[in-house]
Amino acid sequence: MKAIRIILRSIRDSFKSVFRNFSLSLASVSCITITLIVVALAIVLSQNVNNFASLVEGDVTIVAFLERDVTEDETDDISSQINNLPYIESVVYKSKMELSKEMMDSSDVFTSVMKDWDDSNTPIQATFQIKVKDINEIKYVADEISKMDGVDIVKYGEGMVEQLVSLFDMVRKISIGMVIALIIVTAFLITNTIKITIFSRKREIEIMRLVGASNINIKIPFILEGLFLGIMGSIIPIILTIFGYVKLYEKFDGQLFSPFIKLIVPEPFIYLISLVLIAIGILVGMFGSYTAVRKHLKI
Amino acid sequence: MDLIRIRNAKKTYKNGVTAIQDLDLDIKKGEFVFVIGSTGCGKSTLIKMLYREEKPTSGKIIVGGINVGKLRNSKVYKLRRKIGVVFQDFKLLPKLTVYENVAFALEIFGLPKYEIHEKVVKVLDLVGLKNKAKQYPTHLSGGEQQRVAIARAIVNGPKLLICDEPTGNLDEVTSMEIMKVLEEINKLGTTIIMVTHDTEIVNKMKKRVILLDTGRVLKDFAEGEYVHESN
Repeated sequence: MKAIRIILRSIRDSFKSVFRNFSLSLASVSCITITLIVVALAIVLSQNVNNFASLVEGDVTIVAFLERDVTEDETDDISSQINNLPYIESVVYKSKMELSKEMMDSSDVFTSVMKDWDDSNTPIQATFQIKVKDINEIKYVADEISKMDGVDIVKYGEGMVEQLVSLFDMVRKISIGMVIALIIVTAFLITNTIKITIFSRKREIEIMRLVGASNINIKIPFILEGLFLGIMGSIIPIILTIFGYVKLYEKFDGQLFSPFIKLIVPEPFIYLISLVLIAIGILVGMFGSYTAVRKHLKI
Repeated sequence: MDLIRIRNAKKTYKNGVTAIQDLDLDIKKGEFVFVIGSTGCGKSTLIKMLYREEKPTSGKIIVGGINVGKLRNSKVYKLRRKIGVVFQDFKLLPKLTVYENVAFALEIFGLPKYEIHEKVVKVLDLVGLKNKAKQYPTHLSGGEQQRVAIARAIVNGPKLLICDEPTGNLDEVTSMEIMKVLEEINKLGTTIIMVTHDTEIVNKMKKRVILLDTGRVLKDFAEGEYVHESN
């Protein structure tokens, strides 16, 4: 009963003191708000770059051209060999005639040239279109396929793909690094703001000690206060993220400049970011208060 | 029975200054004791050690059965709950009302509301501030603020009340009012130790007086023995 009363009192007091020390609370809250907005921006940006990178990477295809005289049995054999390779995501076979038809469907010029070709005299080669699970292994898979009997040439945009992969890898690492660095800076900034605000309440802590409050007893209201400050500071960033991102997504119709660059679908993306923001706010608020009070509890 | 027992206490600060040395002192339950002496004689250090704001460098200080020198930082609150402390600068929280300032000292123990109310009203009545419960400290005179501080110090019934120059900021008339309140509290059984510069008060109160000099007890006057002759 006593413990419950102490906890209830701590909650009430921490809530009260947020308003009693309004200007100081406002300072902490706005510090949290501003830094969390920057963090939210960084997360939105980096996640979209990541998303774009994975989309592009997912689109990279290996095309294996078969020799013209390959029989159906041999084709089946190649197909099962390819499927037995590691890192294979999907394998699609296109026969000569399927490819001709596709090409003729796409343009009248092709139709007029290709309409007389049949399976035996077409210059077109049957192909396997292969997607891999891991873009980094594309070279290995392509090399393995090119060694197979009946496979003429293997193409996957050599050179370009490797460059793209290493570029995306770099962008990804930089963006993650930036988000982490920002979170650390945020933590540092907020912790210091709270430290300053608590420093001005040294007297309160001193009196609590004087009248016989145990250290935990003193810490709890301040830590709860940090929690409230964290929650309050994350409200505006969360609202901005949710409404801002949805608006952005609608305005650009889900793609940036070209259908090639797709934005991440808002749901559940915005809610995940909100969770991250409030978690950072709360953790940093509580941590800031805790370290700040602890300093004043040493004699 | 002794409430305070000090044996061979010594306090040397980090900067090398020795504030207290070879100090022996016994204070019995229910006594009213003045601690006097010139600036730098160790008065403040002595009482700071009593409520464990400072630790003795060596020797033994026992307050209400607790060995202060061996008290861990995290257990200081156990000692503080047996002691009330009043300062020259009142140390009130300006954003809390008189009532809240006093209730503050009880709330941290998790007492039920009605019990807090009962005790706060009673103690405010004792110091004569019952009708100012809802005011803020900044609206009170110095004497009134000090009475709030005293109320807060005694509201949970401490065995010992330590007063560090409680009248230092007050005029003569107000000081005597505060002394009356303290005497009243002493009569109810609380031991009081008061550090002061004000020889006028010491003369009038006729209590036990401990005169400190360079960190030692120079003289221990029994009740009524001390008479300060003004120059």
